[in-house]
Amino acid sequence: MADALLIKLTGRTILVLVFGFLYLPIAVLVLLSFNESGLPTSWSGFSLRWYVSLAGNSDILHAAWNTLVVAVVATLIATVLGTMLAIGMETRKRRSTPLEALAFSPMVIPDIVLAVALLTLFSRLNVTMGLHTIIISHVIFDLAFVCSVVRARLKNFDFSIVEASRDLGASSFTTFWRVTFPVLLPAIVAGALLAFTLSVDEFIIAFFTAGAGRASITLPMQIYSMIRFGVTPEINALATLVMGVSATVLLISQWLNKEQMTR
Amino acid sequence: MSSQTARSNLMALPAIAWLGLFMIVPCLIVFAYAFLTRGLYGGVEYTLTAENFLRVIDPLYAQIFLTSVRIAGLATLFAILIAYPAAYAICLAPKRLQPILLFFAVLPFWSNYLIRTYAWIVLLNREGLINNALRWFGYDGEPLSLLYSEGAVIVGLVYNYLPFVILAIYSSLSRLNGELIEASRDLGASRVRTFWRVTLPLTMPGVAAGGVFIFVLSIGNFVTPALLGGGRFQMIGNLVYDQFLTANDWPFGAALGMVLIAVMIALLLLQARASARFSGETAEARHG
Amino acid sequence: MNERMSKPVLSVDMVVKHFGKTIAVNGISLDIRENEFFALLGPSGCGKTTLLRMIAGFEAPDSGVIRLDERDITRDAPEKRPLNLMFQSYALFPHMTVWQNLAYGLEMEGLPRGEIATRVDDMLTTTDLTALAGRKPAELSGGQKQRVALARALIKRPKVLLLDEPLGALDKKLREKMQLELKRLQSEVGITFIIVTHDQEEALVMADRIAVLRDGNILQCGTPQEIYEQPANRFVAGFIGMMNFIDGEIGTDALFRAGGQALACDLHGLKRNAPAVLAVRPENIRLVSDGTGIAGTVVDVAYHGLDRQLYVKTALSPAPLQVRVAAAGPEEAAARTGASVSLGLNAAACRLFQE
Repeated sequence: MADALLIKLTGRTILVLVFGFLYLPIAVLVLLSFNESGLPTSWSGFSLRWYVSLAGNSDILHAAWNTLVVAVVATLIATVLGTMLAIGMETRKRRSTPLEALAFSPMVIPDIVLAVALLTLFSRLNVTMGLHTIIISHVIFDLAFVCSVVRARLKNFDFSIVEASRDLGASSFTTFWRVTFPVLLPAIVAGALLAFTLSVDEFIIAFFTAGAGRASITLPMQIYSMIRFGVTPEINALATLVMGVSATVLLISQWLNKEQMTR
Repeated sequence: MSSQTARSNLMALPAIAWLGLFMIVPCLIVFAYAFLTRGLYGGVEYTLTAENFLRVIDPLYAQIFLTSVRIAGLATLFAILIAYPAAYAICLAPKRLQPILLFFAVLPFWSNYLIRTYAWIVLLNREGLINNALRWFGYDGEPLSLLYSEGAVIVGLVYNYLPFVILAIYSSLSRLNGELIEASRDLGASRVRTFWRVTLPLTMPGVAAGGVFIFVLSIGNFVTPALLGGGRFQMIGNLVYDQFLTANDWPFGAALGMVLIAVMIALLLLQARASARFSGETAEARHG
Repeated sequence: MNERMSKPVLSVDMVVKHFGKTIAVNGISLDIRENEFFALLGPSGCGKTTLLRMIAGFEAPDSGVIRLDERDITRDAPEKRPLNLMFQSYALFPHMTVWQNLAYGLEMEGLPRGEIATRVDDMLTTTDLTALAGRKPAELSGGQKQRVALARALIKRPKVLLLDEPLGALDKKLREKMQLELKRLQSEVGITFIIVTHDQEEALVMADRIAVLRDGNILQCGTPQEIYEQPANRFVAGFIGMMNFIDGEIGTDALFRAGGQALACDLHGLKRNAPAVLAVRPENIRLVSDGTGIAGTVVDVAYHGLDRQLYVKTALSPAPLQVRVAAAGPEEAAARTGASVSLGLNAAACRLFQE
């Protein structure tokens, strides 16, 4: 049928164009990171020199370490709180609209507003700001995303297996650790990985809650200042590495969630 | 209250406490700040005033506000115009390919926002890739100044948030019962009429969800205007940033922030009501 | 009544349960005897599942007492009750193999590993699941899952096994096979079974006794034969099997009259000179050839293999009467649309009801 063929071709064309739009800018950065000259004007040969110079840049290494500390600690806290929130919300008999709104709002609140609100809070309380205040702030949106991933899993969770476990003689504590937790685990890990990448990439809130000086600078803050004040070719290499890490983590997260769903 | 509800509430409590302490309380403080007076050397004075909100409609700032609305509106429009066909095309792909296509459509969304914005600097620069390409094709005039313009900001916003809009529209398209389309065709409607009369109305909740999302995130955006709009270009987000970090006028910044929150809440409420009307599936029974 | 002298193993005494304003179970009392196969039968929303869940311990009654072996278990947690439930959805643990699913309940009793292994292997043999021991639930068919769920509950050797619509998810063929299988297994293991079902045929085939429930009340409790042949009221009569209803009245002469016909039936204490409903099953209506019966016209015929169902329009009722005749034999000639027939009702098998 000519009609069907036309539709198929149009669909393919749209996909190629849209994926081109989404991935071309990223591909250009990746390519540039291996360009000897580092300039977008011409290709002067494959080179790893920008990666080497990155490895020798102590500012960047310092920022990367801070980012890792923030992301790991915030993810751990957010995973526990977000999972508990998800279970709490899904085992309620009735939906609570205020609770739904509370769990949803960290995902939609303009980050600049949350950033200035946290700055105001910490300065009012005379809290010395640093990595700990960034962690506190990141947990807010991290836990909301963990919660939404775990809830999605709980939506097609057969709660009768919890009752079956009780019926077979297990206490509610044993039931949680032997039945509920193992079944939810892949979703929890997927949510945690998502939270981790969000934390690694977050800029504005970290910028406002990091306090003065370079002591608690994170990678996105470092990248921002590199973009704003003097682009060096090193940034392409850094960008490629950061995106590579995020993409890998997200692929694992997606794979875990898929495994789970098909079971 | 049954013991089950009590247990559920107890599970949710730590997260509620965290969000209450570090999100609700700070927002309330900012809300209170919006009614206070700016202190002489930064900080605030406890004199109640509505002046901060009046300044929001001062022509100078109203202008920035309108620019923000225009830019966010255009970004929303373009994103929907690109995302709808894209989501539709994903739906047309073979069933087992769809999750993969969707995953790769959304993947950029979760990666670093700054870097994705920076990529457009590389493309739009006067010495950037697009100008280079034009020269390569034989263009020998002045290099185009694509960067640091309203257009660049819109492109950046569309680029950054497109994946989510695709996701939202795809999820309502894929939930659409294929038999409805067949029924419409069977009843004598052409493909085009079927699209306008059946498919589009039924997928409006997805369009609304994606549209509200990109609009809310665009209007309060800070990074994209700062990087792609150039130093002097401002949207509300940049104004808030300035009030807190350079102008040291926290009450005014607080008032601007509250305006952003108000816009967000209004749009979310509107979207919730609209999607309830369109889909009529709000009263869905929960498990059991 | 088919009286058995064994003592009740489970007794439910005046149990009431509300959900908000709706009443799910309205003061039900039941005694279930040792080794009995008991069915709770009713349409959806009749309270049968709620009653089962209260026995299992997943819902607490508002009032009333549940006793197991004369011990009050009304407030015991589910894990403390020596009875087990087979879930409608089977509720197999998706992250455990068949073997691990079966072992779970025994581990909870703190049995030594060796004993657990022996008992699991024995149960796998009994239920013919040995070959599937290493599979996970997602790799099983519906019938296999059903057997695993049953085995998992039976392995605990409960006093009473509760089964919530155990065959509901299976197709018709498999369901019929599993009905007999369940009955065989029950007599083999000697455990009391309480089954919840909305399928009257299933209850008739399997159960020793049936309680018919509606709107949280027990309408009738008895053997399948009692329920089928002597339904206590119009609802039970209509719910179990096929039934014709004829509206009429009982005269002062104790005869039931409808459509110009008079019939002598057992009044079992009904009021005279008042409206009544006569219920008669299709197999209790005969075609008569001597012309003395009720005249009617065949309006439709449904072929069922062994027999035919005739729909006969008569003066007795606005709706055509259903009449069952053998598919082959002398009555075959009448089995065509438009044929004029003459019907005779078996008065001894008719039941009268007054609202």
